[in-house]
This record gives sequence, structure tokens and C-alpha cells, in this order.
Amino acid sequence: MENMILRKRLGQGLETLGTLVVIFFVGFPLVWIGLAGFKNEVDVYSTSLFFQPTLDNFRAIFADPTLLGPKLWVSALVSILTVSITIPLAAAAAYVISRHNFRGRDSLFVAILVTQFVPAVVVAIPFFTLFRELRLIDTPWALIIIYLSFTLPYAIWLLRGFFDALPVEIDQAAYIDGCNEFQVLRYITVPLVMPGILVSAVFAFISAWNEFFFALLLTRSQAVTLPIGIQTITGVRGPQWEQLAAAGLIVLVPILIMSFFIRKYFVEGITVGAVK
Amino acid sequence: MDTTPTIAARAATPKTKLRSDLLRWALLIPALVVIGATVLYPLIASLITSFRDWRLINSPTPGAFVGFDNYARAFSDQNFLNSLRVSGLYVVLSVCMSLTLGLAIALMLSKPTRLNTFARALLIFPFAVAPVLKGFSWRFMLHPEYGVYTQMIGALFPPLKGFLWLGNDFSALLVIAVSEVWGWAPLFALMFIGALGSIPTEITEAAKVDGATNTQVFFRITLPLLAPVVYIVALLKIISSLKMFDQVVIMTGGGPGNATQTLYYFIYQVAFTNLDLGYASAISYIMVFVMGIFAFLYVRMLLRGKN
Repeated sequence: MENMILRKRLGQGLETLGTLVVIFFVGFPLVWIGLAGFKNEVDVYSTSLFFQPTLDNFRAIFADPTLLGPKLWVSALVSILTVSITIPLAAAAAYVISRHNFRGRDSLFVAILVTQFVPAVVVAIPFFTLFRELRLIDTPWALIIIYLSFTLPYAIWLLRGFFDALPVEIDQAAYIDGCNEFQVLRYITVPLVMPGILVSAVFAFISAWNEFFFALLLTRSQAVTLPIGIQTITGVRGPQWEQLAAAGLIVLVPILIMSFFIRKYFVEGITVGAVK
Repeated sequence: MDTTPTIAARAATPKTKLRSDLLRWALLIPALVVIGATVLYPLIASLITSFRDWRLINSPTPGAFVGFDNYARAFSDQNFLNSLRVSGLYVVLSVCMSLTLGLAIALMLSKPTRLNTFARALLIFPFAVAPVLKGFSWRFMLHPEYGVYTQMIGALFPPLKGFLWLGNDFSALLVIAVSEVWGWAPLFALMFIGALGSIPTEITEAAKVDGATNTQVFFRITLPLLAPVVYIVALLKIISSLKMFDQVVIMTGGGPGNATQTLYYFIYQVAFTNLDLGYASAISYIMVFVMGIFAFLYVRMLLRGKN
């Protein structure tokens, strides 16, 4: 009997240990980078958890030569404009695909879905030459245009699911009360699908904010975004880790906050195809 | 594909039908125009370029049509074949690691204790981290001298003390995979936790009453029931792994030698370092083809899941 209690205790202990290992695996890199951002250039090379925290790194990255300020501005501008164009277009299209029955609807939807899987390199080659001719290289506009190639199909696909989840009976009740379709859309459907719109907006924002491939290709100095900008934080001995970590926190914190608010939809949002 | 009653289904007069048709196209067309311009146009333009000789160093305009020359060249190009091998190995490594780890995490967090609930809440965060930061973080933590992980590993396995993780062909690729698996495995764990929750406990209880051990229950009951989720998750990871680029730039630059030169990285170099657009378009179309196979399987699975 005592033996069994002991075994049970041991089992519970092992389970707790397992959970702690998981927490360590998932959380430790975030904690370690977070700490490194507040270390000075000596402490960053030690693995001690005890050090005198400093804000010098945050001051340094906004000063010469890194000048993170303009990069932060470009990243914010590009991400916000990409989202502001994506969401109305996607919501309109997703509404039609969800609520209207017309010939070729399902094929159209699958075609939109499939565009998600077009590799970025294929999109990049023609746009690179086109933007060169139009002198759009190193402008935020080039990035916004090209980011729409993945945010828009993705948002349509995600929003369609949210529209489908709204019972059609709600629309029908409004029609019986004498609303026309535009009024139903404006006053009933869109307000009810607001959570979906927010979730899609956050996903579109994250993918534009974190984007690296196109930003590397299409920016030089004027339209450099944060992910490209932080690469330049190097000294004579290689990357300046403490400043890199501080800049990393600036990239990371807004995204972590947003992810937290849409955590319920995260898994669904990824399976739907945030594979870019 | 689905049978939801739609607006058009309600009794409509010809006038409201016309208005409904107009509204439909007014709402659809802007999105279709943008998708056409940003996806369809480059897709067609690349296909045409892939049959032409176009080196941007020689000329700003595309040159002569050369038939399938660019495609033929790919299969005798050692660098291209190497990048296929690297990407293949990378896909296998990262898919196996993220599936195993995701499943292990899910099993460890399957009981709804308070600590487990807290741990589950953490699982979404690594995925949202920018790939650039994943690359830098793991490069920092695996630095041979002062990397915190290198020191921990060195303390546990003394032979690996001060190991140059990014200096060895295989371990460099492994480290790139780990930086990505750190993001994906927790997410897969969430999906597996969801799927595990939908397995009725009666089934596993009954098996145990019949004398099955925990291991038998796992391999004979739990794992087969998880198979559809495993399949979809594996496809998702294959597709994303084929696109590995960011961490290669941040962590290895394709090295040592060309041991981490993934397909994506190779195409990027051919196109934008060598400026050989014709050849780059051809190999990116080979990639479209490979990707298309997995995308087809994935989309089919998603649509089946909807019904």
C-alpha cells in the first residue's frame, strides 16, 4: 500500500518535472534575450543571472550608427498600411464567398487558397525588375505592394471561416425587417464578425512586421525595416549582442502582446495557412 | 463544397437579384485585382523568363528565348543539386524533430493541472518571434565561448564543451532546424493537446482494464487516433521548411562551405547576387512544382476537414 502511494508521488513528481522542462525549453530563450538587452557589454558575455541592469543599449540603438528610429517608423508604416489595405478588401471578398452562391465560387476560393503556396522567390524576380524600372526599390510602397501578395489571400481564407460561422438566420431576420443587403452587411454582419477581423488584422500585421526576405531584397537605406536594420548592429568583434537583444525586444514585444490577445485563435490561424 | 444556405437562396425579384449581382462583383473585384497583380502576374512573368536568357549584368532587358536550356542546366549544376540535398535533409530533420517534440510536449501537458495550464499559455509565443530574432538568439546562445546553451551542454556532456555548432556541416543545419523547431513544436503541441482531448477516455480506460500497458495504449490507440493531425501538421511543416531562408542568412550565410545552402537561399543568390534571372526563374519553377505537390495534399486535407 505504502509502496503504491510512493509510486504515485514519484509519478506526479516526474510529471511536474516534465512540465518544468517544457517551460524551460519554450521560455528560456525569450528570458535570456530579454535579460541580455539590459546587460552592459561585459555582462552580456557572462552566464550569471545577477548583473546591474542598464538602459544604455536602448539609448545606443537609437543613436548613430544604428539609428533604429527611422527603421521603426518604416516598419510601423509598412505594417499598418498593409493591414489597412488587406482587411477591407479581404472582408468584402470573404463575405461574398461565404454568403453568395454563384458559379465557380468554390474553384475561386480554392484558387485563392493555393496562391498562399507560391514561393516568395517566384514573386520576387519579376517584381524586382519591375520596381527597378519604376524606381520603387528602397521605398515603403514596394514592400506594401508585395506584402499584399501573401496577406490578402490569407486574410480572405481566414475571414471566410468567421463569416461561415455566423448563422445565416441573422441576415435573414434583417432582410425580413426590410434591410437591403448593403445595410445588412454594414449594420449586422461586419459588426458581428469583428473578432475575425481583429484576428486577421493581427496575423497580417505580424507577417508584415516580421518579414525578412522581401525587405532584404527591396530596401537599401531609406526604407530599411526593423528585421533588416538589426542585422547591422555589429562591432569589430562581430554582433554586439547586448544592443542586438535590446533591438530584438523592440521587434518582439508588440508581437507578443498582440499574440496574447488572439491566443484563442492562434492554432486555427496557423493551420489555415500562415506558412509564408 | 458546403451547403450553407445563402442570400441568393431567398426568394428574389429580378431587381433584387440584379442588385445582389452588382454588389457581389463590386465587393469581389478589388481583392481579385490585387491578387492578380501581386501573385498571378509574377507567376506568369517568371514562367516566361524561365525560358529566356536574361543576365541583368549584360542587359536590363530580357534576351532570347532558349527553350528548356535553363531547366536542363539545373540538373547538371552541382550547386543546385547540393541545395536540393540540403533542403531535403533540412526538411527531414525539422519535420521529425518538431513532430516528436510537439507530441512529447503535448503528452507532458495533457493533464489539466494549474502548472500545465500556465505552460500551455506559453506555447504560442515562440512561433510569433521574428525568424531573424530566432536566428540571432540561437546563434548567441550556442556561441562556442560564451553561449549559455553551449556551456550547459558542455556541463552535461563534457566532450561537447566549446563545440563549434555552426562550424560543422551537419550540426550547422541542425542548429538552423532547432531555431525553427523551437517555434513550431510548441504550436504543434497545442494542436496535439486539442486532438488528445477529443479521444474518449472510455477507449483508453477499456484497454487498460483489458490489461494493456501505457506504452501499448500509446502506440496502439492514441497514436493511430492522432494520425490525421500528424499528417496535416507534417505537411504544414514540410511546406514551411522548404522555404527556409531567413536563418540561413542570419546564422550561417550558407556555410560552412555550402552545407546549409538551402534551395531558397541558392535561388536568391542566383537571382540577386549573380543576377542570372533566366536561370533563377527556371529553378524557382522547379521549386513551385515541388511545393505544388505538398500544397495539393495540404489543401485537399483542409477542404476535406471542412466537410
